[in-house]
Amino acid sequence: MTLHTKSLAALAAGLRAREFSSVELTRTLLARIEAHQPQLNALITVTGPSAMQAAAVADGVLARGGGGPLTGIPLVHKDIFCTEGVRTTCASRMLDNFVAPYDATVVAKLKAEGMIMLGKANMDEFAMGSSNETSYYGPVRNPWNPQLVPGGSSGGSAAAVAARLTPCASATDTGGSIRQPAALCGITGVKPTYGRVSRYGMIAFASSLDQGGTLTASAADAALLLRAMAGFDPRDSTSVDRPVPDYVAALQLPLSGMKIGLLKEFFEKGLDPANERCVREALAVYEKLGARLVEVSLPNLGLSVPAYYVVAPAECSSNLARFDGVRFGHRAKEPKDLMDLYKRSRGEGFGAEVKRRIMTGTYVLSAGYYDAYYLKAQKVRRLIANEFEQAFAQVDVVMGPTTPTPAFELGSKTSDPITMYLNDIYTIGANLAGLPAMSIPCGLVQNLPVGLQLIGRHFAEERLLSAAHAYQRETDWHTRVPAGYE
Amino acid sequence: MNNETWETVIGLEIHAQLATNSKIFSASPTAYGAPPNAQANLVDLGYPGVLPVLNQAAVSMAVKFGLAIAAEITPLSVFARKNYFYPDLPKGYQISQYELPIVARGHMDIVLEDGTLKRIGITRAHLEEDAGKSLHEGLGAFSGIDLNRAGTPLIEIVSEPDMRSAREAVAYLKKIHTLVRYLEICDGNMQEGSFRCDANVSVRRRGAEKLGTRAEIKNINSFRFVEKAIHYEVARQIDILESGGKVLQETRLYDPDKGETRSMRSKEEANDYRYFPDPDLLPVAVSEAFIAGIRATLPELPDEKAARFAAAFALSPYDAGVLTSSRELGDYFEAVVKLIPQDPKLAANWVMGELAAALNRDGIDIAASRLSPARVAGLLQRIADGTISGKIAKEVFEAMWASGSDADSVIAEKGLKQISDPAAIETAIDAVMAKSPGQLADYRAGKDKLFGYFVGQVMKATGGKANPAQLNELLKKKLAG
Amino acid sequence: MKPEQISAIAHLARLSMDEAEIPRYQQSLASILSFVSDLERAQTQDVTPMAHPLPGLVQRLRPDVATESDAHERYQANAPQVAASLYLVPKVIE
Repeated sequence: MTLHTKSLAALAAGLRAREFSSVELTRTLLARIEAHQPQLNALITVTGPSAMQAAAVADGVLARGGGGPLTGIPLVHKDIFCTEGVRTTCASRMLDNFVAPYDATVVAKLKAEGMIMLGKANMDEFAMGSSNETSYYGPVRNPWNPQLVPGGSSGGSAAAVAARLTPCASATDTGGSIRQPAALCGITGVKPTYGRVSRYGMIAFASSLDQGGTLTASAADAALLLRAMAGFDPRDSTSVDRPVPDYVAALQLPLSGMKIGLLKEFFEKGLDPANERCVREALAVYEKLGARLVEVSLPNLGLSVPAYYVVAPAECSSNLARFDGVRFGHRAKEPKDLMDLYKRSRGEGFGAEVKRRIMTGTYVLSAGYYDAYYLKAQKVRRLIANEFEQAFAQVDVVMGPTTPTPAFELGSKTSDPITMYLNDIYTIGANLAGLPAMSIPCGLVQNLPVGLQLIGRHFAEERLLSAAHAYQRETDWHTRVPAGYE
Repeated sequence: MNNETWETVIGLEIHAQLATNSKIFSASPTAYGAPPNAQANLVDLGYPGVLPVLNQAAVSMAVKFGLAIAAEITPLSVFARKNYFYPDLPKGYQISQYELPIVARGHMDIVLEDGTLKRIGITRAHLEEDAGKSLHEGLGAFSGIDLNRAGTPLIEIVSEPDMRSAREAVAYLKKIHTLVRYLEICDGNMQEGSFRCDANVSVRRRGAEKLGTRAEIKNINSFRFVEKAIHYEVARQIDILESGGKVLQETRLYDPDKGETRSMRSKEEANDYRYFPDPDLLPVAVSEAFIAGIRATLPELPDEKAARFAAAFALSPYDAGVLTSSRELGDYFEAVVKLIPQDPKLAANWVMGELAAALNRDGIDIAASRLSPARVAGLLQRIADGTISGKIAKEVFEAMWASGSDADSVIAEKGLKQISDPAAIETAIDAVMAKSPGQLADYRAGKDKLFGYFVGQVMKATGGKANPAQLNELLKKKLAG
Repeated sequence: MKPEQISAIAHLARLSMDEAEIPRYQQSLASILSFVSDLERAQTQDVTPMAHPLPGLVQRLRPDVATESDAHERYQANAPQVAASLYLVPKVIE
């Protein structure tokens, strides 16, 4: 097995046994990144020199018998996480010149574990998108087929992991931005329970929906990374003060007797028949392993996309108001007055999708429309959350497709925003209700990955990870690497 | 301003900076006067990725205030974003409270100089963060933004439009000012901007039910300016209405140099603040136990103290109000009375009179008084026991204030002891009568006014030390013949 | 959506908007709003709006201690225009 296809656990073991060094591993991956950057455009910033330095330090720690399970292991951070001293752009012209003066909590935690940052991953601008086509730095391409999108907004992180340029990546999920690219790229993506991972330093898109999570090749790797990433942060008021379980130990939780809910609404029209077939085959595997399939229904789930596209733009229109050319970020040249400074800095700094969402958000919050849109959407949100709660009274995990189709062609869905928004039809519900959810590969359709989604109760990451791990012990979809990247 | 045709309606919005050590949502210091932007951290600057965390002391202080105005404390209050763009507002929104403020309806009673008592309703009081400061001078074509103040905790106190004159408005403002200092939740320093007031002023025809269109006057940083600004604004509005025009609902700035209000150009357009609950903050829970805990820390409130003074020392409500306008002043006065319990009225007059004048003249607070309560009481004792007259006492007081010494030393040094020996006074009277035969004749002929002349002459002859009451009595007898 | 509405929203959001861009935004906003109008059919009479996804949580309080110190030079390294430690904007007249 080559270095770049080893699991996190195998890498940790290899490093500890001195089979190879962190420096060697890091150098290998940096070379792969450089080699594939023209094709994939997965990274915005590569932090080669500092990565090599950190790797050397990690080797020293390991040599002395110190360190932990992630010491010396490289990763990429989605360029939405502030990294001290390193450019943090959110894939936007607005932050093209922004060097973060502090580390996000997630970044600091993983740095403290001794992980090596290879660079900052490309993404949809300000996390708004489902195809990584809105980045100021150009689109990311799917390693399975470069004419196709990797998904978004964490497209760069997903492509990098799928192409084995890095064994793991941090990412964020507001409406599906971890799970959908994981599905389209054939890897494992986890969005934890809202409040499980600190949002401090994670540049805000929609505050009540954003959550940081992991992109890895397997559930076992996700458990390792999430265990280090999660935890209470006093600097984030929405961070939950609850101990982090040992997700790695929990992987062994037995599956039998588990009740799997199949959401009626997930299998309605719009789901590609080939995707459906892969998902149903995966469900058959679960049955074989001793789980029971139960049909459940969330009648209001169909309103999750409309509700999301009121709440998320509303929150983002406010969150992005701080980008005004005054204290950091893009500033228009020679503004003639304050109004000109604001309008041109923001008009030039933001891309089209971001502006569209700011406009939508401003509208739905404005006088006379607040009740009909924002308040209504938050009420529908509660309906959906309540329905999930009722479903979880009957079942332990909800499963279904992650996306309606496999990866699609670049440029094919950019003309009408709604077409793009409907990519998130299965994923958004979990964000509205704050539930943990993940996507694991469950098949290939014409050599394109299909994802199976698992959704759990609040703080039931152990249940999800162990269920995913059980499936990955029985199948090998998660080990498939796209041609040219083996 | 008592107009027959027009009635003035005033509501005040007071912003009081809470005297916490750190800011409301960040751990930056709040001390006044730091170099520009030295106290603005990443959270205050609204950097990408930062988040607010609520300061416990801000909540305690808000609850304390709510209890002191007999208001309901909201068990679950919510922070909301007030969205607008301005350079001193780094996030492009202010974190405030909108639909669910921490303090709901309360009231504040005021006493006017003529003794009228009035209850002013307080609609609500809520927590919010202060904005930074803009400097417009000395930077050429630019304005400079200092964000030290951004994030300082504020409590915004909104009154009902219950005031009907500038006088009432000032009385209410002073009362709230007194209260927040009693509670030690705000230092009340208007020059430094820790206690600010906006006035909503409108007029309507007397007897009308509907309120007139109101103008909001900002930037009033002294009690005197509040009075002047309101007077100007009322006259301006009456003028407009009497010439058939309409008053615009707008924000106006008070210009203290010109003594007038003018329209604020930059905030002219009506702002749609698009309030919504701040998703980065959770609802603020205040339990009964917490409230009880705060209630136990309340000091004797100004109204309670004033009522006690009025009853115990037979003071008018207005005088009691003046003497309790600060805790320090109340404590000082009480200390003086303790030492001269037989004449609290004397103590009251002197504390409100001579002492207040001296403090004012030197521009200092009661806390910095050059004379302790014991010293002042000592002087008052000498008036009470007849050693000196009230008039002479004023001279003694000035000397005491200048040197810091006690009454007896000054009286002895200057030989100001009052002459209360009837024989001595009679001798002096005789001498004056002897040298003023003309005036004597005129007086006896009916010119009563000349009594004052004789009083003056005897006082002159005795260096002002004749006991006035005795002098009066003896002089009357002697002049009558 | 009318052009004046688009201009008004752009103004509130401080986004530059020239004449040529307006029709595009009219179209996309109309499309989005039509899509979200589906929400109208939900029965929400006695439903309280959900501002936070996790129920029953309340705000944590931080002790009142000032722990931050002056780092303005480091922060102002990112600032487009600074003079005398002040952030500069075109002059504002009040």
